[in-house]
Amino acid sequence: MKSTPIVELRNITKRFPGGVLANDRVSLDLRQGEILGLLGENGAGKTTLMNILYGLYRPDEGEIRLRGAPVHFHSPHDAIAHGLGMVHQHFMLVPKFTVAENLMLGQPSPRAPLLADRRAVAQRILDLSAQYGLQVDPHAPVWQLSVGQEQRVEILKTLYRGAEILILDEPTAVLTPQEVDELLTILRNLATDGRSIIFISHKLREVMEVCDRIAVMRDGRLVDVVLTAQTTTQALSRMMVGREVMLRVDKAPATPGEVLLRIQNLHAKDDRGLPALRGVNLTVRAGEIVGVAGVEGNGQRELEETLRGLRPVSAGRIELCGRDVTGRAPRDIIDAGLGHVPSDRYRTGLLRDFSVAENLALVTVDRPPFTRRGLLDMAVMRSRARQLVQAFDVRTPSVDVRVAALSGGNAQKVVLAREIAHGPRVLLVAQPTRGVDVGAIEYVHRELVRRRDEGMAILLISTELDEILTLSDRIVVLYQGRIVGECPAEGVSVEALGLMMGGTPSHAL
Amino acid sequence: MADWSSLLTLAFLTTLLISGIRLAIPIFLAALGEIITERGGVLNLGLEGIMLVGALAGFMTAYAVEQSATPWLVGLAPWLGLAAGLLAGALMGLIMAVFAVSLQTDQVVTGIMLVILGQGITTYVYRQQFGSLTARVTTMPSMPIPGFAELPLVGPIFFNLDPVTYGSLFLLLASLFFLYQTTWGLNIRAVGEHPGAAETSGVNVAVVRYAAVLLGAALTGLGGAVLTVAQLGIFNEGITAGRGWIAVALVIFARWRPERAFAGAFLFGIATALQFRIQALNLGAIPYELLLMLPYVLTLLVLLRGDSRSTAPAALGKAYVKE
Repeated sequence: MKSTPIVELRNITKRFPGGVLANDRVSLDLRQGEILGLLGENGAGKTTLMNILYGLYRPDEGEIRLRGAPVHFHSPHDAIAHGLGMVHQHFMLVPKFTVAENLMLGQPSPRAPLLADRRAVAQRILDLSAQYGLQVDPHAPVWQLSVGQEQRVEILKTLYRGAEILILDEPTAVLTPQEVDELLTILRNLATDGRSIIFISHKLREVMEVCDRIAVMRDGRLVDVVLTAQTTTQALSRMMVGREVMLRVDKAPATPGEVLLRIQNLHAKDDRGLPALRGVNLTVRAGEIVGVAGVEGNGQRELEETLRGLRPVSAGRIELCGRDVTGRAPRDIIDAGLGHVPSDRYRTGLLRDFSVAENLALVTVDRPPFTRRGLLDMAVMRSRARQLVQAFDVRTPSVDVRVAALSGGNAQKVVLAREIAHGPRVLLVAQPTRGVDVGAIEYVHRELVRRRDEGMAILLISTELDEILTLSDRIVVLYQGRIVGECPAEGVSVEALGLMMGGTPSHAL
Repeated sequence: MADWSSLLTLAFLTTLLISGIRLAIPIFLAALGEIITERGGVLNLGLEGIMLVGALAGFMTAYAVEQSATPWLVGLAPWLGLAAGLLAGALMGLIMAVFAVSLQTDQVVTGIMLVILGQGITTYVYRQQFGSLTARVTTMPSMPIPGFAELPLVGPIFFNLDPVTYGSLFLLLASLFFLYQTTWGLNIRAVGEHPGAAETSGVNVAVVRYAAVLLGAALTGLGGAVLTVAQLGIFNEGITAGRGWIAVALVIFARWRPERAFAGAFLFGIATALQFRIQALNLGAIPYELLLMLPYVLTLLVLLRGDSRSTAPAALGKAYVKE
């Protein structure tokens, strides 16, 4: 049964305005009842290919066949009608609506055509949940759900619409290790039931664990399709990147010095005014990297913003290089010696429509050498920028192009270069490799280790467990606004960390 | 000295409540319309202009029908006036929708443009048509409900109202049902909260937003027509006197809930009625200009009540750009 192709993509080519060839004659089959992994770096063309299959884009060339017959989708609506369902990387749910209301959206009502029939929809949700082990409360408002539950609602949404073919775009990026396991189980149940699944990912371990076959893409082309049973993670990563990748960063043992960042009993509120940090205690010494692990939404953003002076401190104390900076303005905190690579680089790290040179000068633009006697010195700005672009290997045609034109990895290098260049002693780094390609990840990681060896104190906040494990000298786990565990990175088990990330305190282990 | 005790009689309270309800209706209808529009994610600040256009269109229609003296038609004059107000409102809404939804202009600027347009066009047309002549139309008489209207206190307040007031109470209930119990209501709220999610679910965001803006503006236009056709029987320049702006404020006060908008409009109506009566009683010491401010000051005070960001539709005022 697994040999019948249900979807056939034939020579799909997609060119974007500006001449970028996102998909170059890609041919790929999906067989009934299989889980097909679609592996590749950011920018390899995976998402574009799937958006074409889902009717969001039209291919320039090529053909899509569904159950043997050619199809032309003009919108996701057509794709849904043909039994396709896509779970996007960013969830498409209305937070104020209940699960049932979200599922009803855009769908004909089961009984009376114009009435919002919550009861009938809820029943159908309970049936589907029970069948595949999804455990979703139909009447819970979505904003109350955890990220893992939201994802299950997205899966339910596709099933509710009768999807036979499911596309999941980077579904594990936001989950705890335990939630990932639950998701993989759900996917296996769905495949056993005869549904066909495309699993887009750049995480080799998960792809190896759940997929029957794996298709690898690079630079818009399909490199190869292999049977999971006949390949290895090394072989896959070679295909994905085109060369051997060092999955681990070589680093010497840390030699921690004096305490440069001391956080005592820190409390802060989230945007809704609810407590988000509830007594965080943490120290970072010169020459060490402390990793803050945890599932997104447990206070990471609030911790980052409070340290940076962007969010008021409700209680507690922050000491930076021996100075009390609690409640001080961002400017004072920078002057006290903080560099900050923010989690959302386009919101708080960069001005997209400003040039590379301007962005590189941003933090100290108001003082010499960039400003003299109240006037900007553009020539100095450019020459400084050229030095930094070279030193940090930023791939850009010139320092005058807009940052918006750079890839995620190069934009991140711009932020990193600027934040290191103004000479901080403490570096606060949040999600440094989110949306960044493998080559740039390696670069960023090596750079952070190098700065550690030079004596910088680095606080790394990341929801990527692999990144925490690779870089940290010490790991702390943030759960519901508190540090629930701390351990040296050497010899820690992923399982133990995973449990702490789910709220089990370390002393209970 | 003035006799303050005359304010506390039963008869006084009864008339105060009756005129409070009457004065509330035009503002309530405009606020209800704006709630529907904003629930769909479009901020239409043009209410004052839309109300004026509805008021004049309604008045002129009713006047023309009365002047035609066609026997079977004259009785319907106020009703035709109201229908004209509704249509004129929708037409103004169409302008808003084309700019805000299709052309994705700044909604605040577009709304203010509608106010200026409404003020200019009604002044011009009224002067063209009527000059210095003060034209009048017959207003709507009250419609006592047999058996209930004679009850003490509640009779006159609740069962001896004009048909427009009954109709507005019906619209309140209908809007609650529409917003929360129908798929159309669900779609409108979805495009106001998260248009991306609605679009991927197969909802046509542009179509739903057009509908929300047109429906909302039609109700606002109706509110204007109620003022001239059903209640005052006259039109003059700027007759709405800021009621459209009050309605905008009321939507925030009501946190986008129709029933709270009704309560807020009622409060404003009572304040206005009280102000009239205190003036009429000539309580010497207080200059009437201060009293005129009373309802507006009250509105400001009521707006102070906490922040409303968490309840506002998340996508309010933002154009939806498809990716």
